[in-house]
Amino acid sequence: MTEQTTYQAKDYKSAQLVRWCPGCGDFGVLNSLHKAMSELGVAPHRIAVISGIGCSSRLPYYMNTYGFHTIHGRACAIATGVKVANPDLSVWVATGDGDCLAIGGNHFIHVVRRNVDLNIILMNNKIYGLTKGQYSPTSARGFISKSSPYGTVEDPFRPAELAIGAGGRFFARTIDSDVKYSPEILKAAAEHKGTSVVEVVLNCVIFNDGIHKEVTIKENRSEKTIFLRHGEKMIFGNDNNKGIVQEGFNLKAITIGENGYSLDDVLVHDAKEKEATLHLKLALMDGTELPVALGVIRDVDAPAYEEELEKQIKEVKARKQIDSLKAFLMSGETWEVKEY
Amino acid sequence: MQNTKVKEPERVVIRFSGDSGDGMQLVGTLFSNLSAELGNEIITFPDYPAEIRAPHGTLSGVSGFQVQVGAKKVHTPGDQTDVLVAMNPAALSVNARFLKSDSVVIIDTDSFQKSDLERALFKTEDPFSELGLGSVQVVAAPITQMCKDCLADMADNKQALRSRNIFALGLVCWLFNRPVSMVEKLLKEKFKKKPAALEANLLVLQAGFNYGHNIHATVSTYRIESTTQKKGFYTDINGNKATAYGLIAAAEKAGLPLFLGSYPITPATDIMQELAARKELGVKVMQTEDEIAGICTAIGASFAGHLAATSTSGPGLALKSEAIGLAVIAEIPLVVIDVQRAGPSTGMPTKSEQTDLMQALYGRNGESPAVVIAASSPTDCFDSAFWASKLALEHMTPVILLTDGYIANGSSAWRIPDMEEYPEIKPPYVTEEMQQGWTPYQRNSENDVRYWAIPGMEGFQHRIGGLEKEYTTAVISTDPDNHQKMVQTRQDKIDKVANYIPLQEVFGDEDARVLVVGWGGTFGHLAEAVEDIQKAGKKVAFTHFRFINPLPKNTEEIMKKYPKVMVVEQNLGQFANHLRSRIGGFNPYQFNRVKGQPFIVARLVEEIIKLIEE
Repeated sequence: MTEQTTYQAKDYKSAQLVRWCPGCGDFGVLNSLHKAMSELGVAPHRIAVISGIGCSSRLPYYMNTYGFHTIHGRACAIATGVKVANPDLSVWVATGDGDCLAIGGNHFIHVVRRNVDLNIILMNNKIYGLTKGQYSPTSARGFISKSSPYGTVEDPFRPAELAIGAGGRFFARTIDSDVKYSPEILKAAAEHKGTSVVEVVLNCVIFNDGIHKEVTIKENRSEKTIFLRHGEKMIFGNDNNKGIVQEGFNLKAITIGENGYSLDDVLVHDAKEKEATLHLKLALMDGTELPVALGVIRDVDAPAYEEELEKQIKEVKARKQIDSLKAFLMSGETWEVKEY
Repeated sequence: MQNTKVKEPERVVIRFSGDSGDGMQLVGTLFSNLSAELGNEIITFPDYPAEIRAPHGTLSGVSGFQVQVGAKKVHTPGDQTDVLVAMNPAALSVNARFLKSDSVVIIDTDSFQKSDLERALFKTEDPFSELGLGSVQVVAAPITQMCKDCLADMADNKQALRSRNIFALGLVCWLFNRPVSMVEKLLKEKFKKKPAALEANLLVLQAGFNYGHNIHATVSTYRIESTTQKKGFYTDINGNKATAYGLIAAAEKAGLPLFLGSYPITPATDIMQELAARKELGVKVMQTEDEIAGICTAIGASFAGHLAATSTSGPGLALKSEAIGLAVIAEIPLVVIDVQRAGPSTGMPTKSEQTDLMQALYGRNGESPAVVIAASSPTDCFDSAFWASKLALEHMTPVILLTDGYIANGSSAWRIPDMEEYPEIKPPYVTEEMQQGWTPYQRNSENDVRYWAIPGMEGFQHRIGGLEKEYTTAVISTDPDNHQKMVQTRQDKIDKVANYIPLQEVFGDEDARVLVVGWGGTFGHLAEAVEDIQKAGKKVAFTHFRFINPLPKNTEEIMKKYPKVMVVEQNLGQFANHLRSRIGGFNPYQFNRVKGQPFIVARLVEEIIKLIEE
């Protein structure tokens, strides 16, 4: 039997009824993922989707791939085991801001540090949905929720800061409803060797409706976001006449042709730059003074953990030429007892 | 030599003791290996402080290594010491309670000066009288000075101080009539990358031996016969290494790669370290960020088709509870090794006890049955790890393997087995024919085990997880009757493991009035106590459990056969309660000690005889 080599989005869809709330941002991610996978052309049986707990973590049930819906916060650790055991699998992690950055924060930073070749889709709606509306570690200071009726008195994590701070080599951002660019970004994440983190700016229609509205609504999007592409000028705005320039250690949004700025002053995006400072600055642009960066912000090559481990095993095997436990034990300190 | 009494006992106990930096573990190991190679039976027990380097010369910093050497079967490292090497007054003080009235005590007089005595809290300058050790035979040797003299031409004082342990070993070799040449061979292997240290050690080793020979010491010397052992190649092995090798053996048998996810924790770390070094055998080891990631990476590797294990000790097992529950409900194979140590909480990390049994059996949310087995000796860790892997893979379940700090660090001679001596391991893989209409929780009706489809297999894509699922379709379900059925099925699956394990054996006298019951790492002490009781002409029966959950099918029959049953364990009665919960109306006698130290055989003998005669 020859293996099927071309696939359609429907080949990655499971028969299970999708049970997210109508209007949930997770639907957009699911559709984009089906599309991205069909375009990547990886056979469904060579894909494993691992998740933790939360609304977004239901995602594996809706995939016609191998899937494992695990326990709260541990998706990154379990996915690490899957990938290290079988590096030939395409391994995805579906997780949310609570699952990934609160209860699973430790596993998240360590998987990024190790650079295991996982594709982590971090669906960030800044709220706990499945437990019905408590603040999350990405909720803004002062955010009012069921568990913070007087507003939080703590600052949020910014996912990019954690990922890049942990040595992350791939960070991208997209918007849940952006079915045009999301598949492209997910594909880039899959093609990157090592841990890829894709933050999805995502809406919870029930408990945090409109939390990202300022930047995501159609009318604002051109002015409040910028789509970064490697090798291209950082230009945005309704009239495509705005750009990002560097001033001292900081970034600044300017209008081309105003205040003496020309197109030449606008930065060219270099996602491949090893030094992470500029990537971090771009990733932290928040839509107030500077537009929120979308697209692949950082994409730097580095050895993947599981490949290095395989390589080490191969090297030691070649050097020691011991192929069984018995042979190993006999090569150590032994003494013989002969028949009496 | 005419003044020397030569003793020819069946077994002798030697304890090397000094500061935790004095190299006592090394010389203890060298002496044990040497004895094993000469055909003696050995059981060793390292007893070291939790602190890596406690303040020099203090009581808390004493590190010991005890070995029992015997002409016949030896089961324990021994209760009391025939020969004590005490490198400083603190070592003497801490070990005084283990001495016999005629023990031989070797001391370094250079480290028994006034300030040394004060550091060890002695009030007088005569530590032996102060401890009431009037009758022991003392070999008082200026070891430090002799090392310095011996190495005057070639090494600095630092090396001379570092070689004190080897000098003492030379002296012990004389005491036991052991050929120095065999130690030399071991030292050459040990110090092959440090030629200067090797040269110094070889010199002081001979000097120590010569010193014993020349002083015509009026102390007992020992001759121990060699034993008849099963033909084959032997090596010295401790429980942690044996556990690691048992996993490798099982992986080879099953034809699967081995994965271990683990986090360092005393006294289990050696398992991870041994496996991390076994890359030539393809073992994949991850030292993860925490205990939870240790088990979770293993669960991931198992999902992906490896034989997967995680190793830890009590507090780590507590952290892994939730993930074990996931393996229970997802029904994937997993070996969880708990090298028990004294608890609760951090407890006494370097001390041993059997207090995690209830945690292993019940320490999870929900009805969450798992297989629990326990290893009985350092070498039995190999067989137990093999069994744990076999049951995990063939029954698609987590298996918790309980060892303990005592057998993990204790060692004995082990015949390297032929793998043909071990049973096949056949995981229940899906087959091509099953593909049509297959669902992930279809079961074999005989043992209730589901079939294993591994990511990468075409046509078997499926989703599993921690949510309850419908019995046949495996779709998420909260249906009340279905849940009842699934809970019962998971329990039945574990209960049916009893059909696949050996029946429980009883040793000793059929018509005894007392049956002694043990489990896990106390086997050696119980076996020795039972042998001693039989030698004293009294009838006693003994059974020792490896399979804890489920219990062997004949357990109830055995327990009800004897008028009195005494469960002996290092906790407050966890196995006794487990038996009570499984056998209606059963109420055994108990003997429980939770001191963090191995049982004392003489005390066991006393207790058991009391029950026999009652």
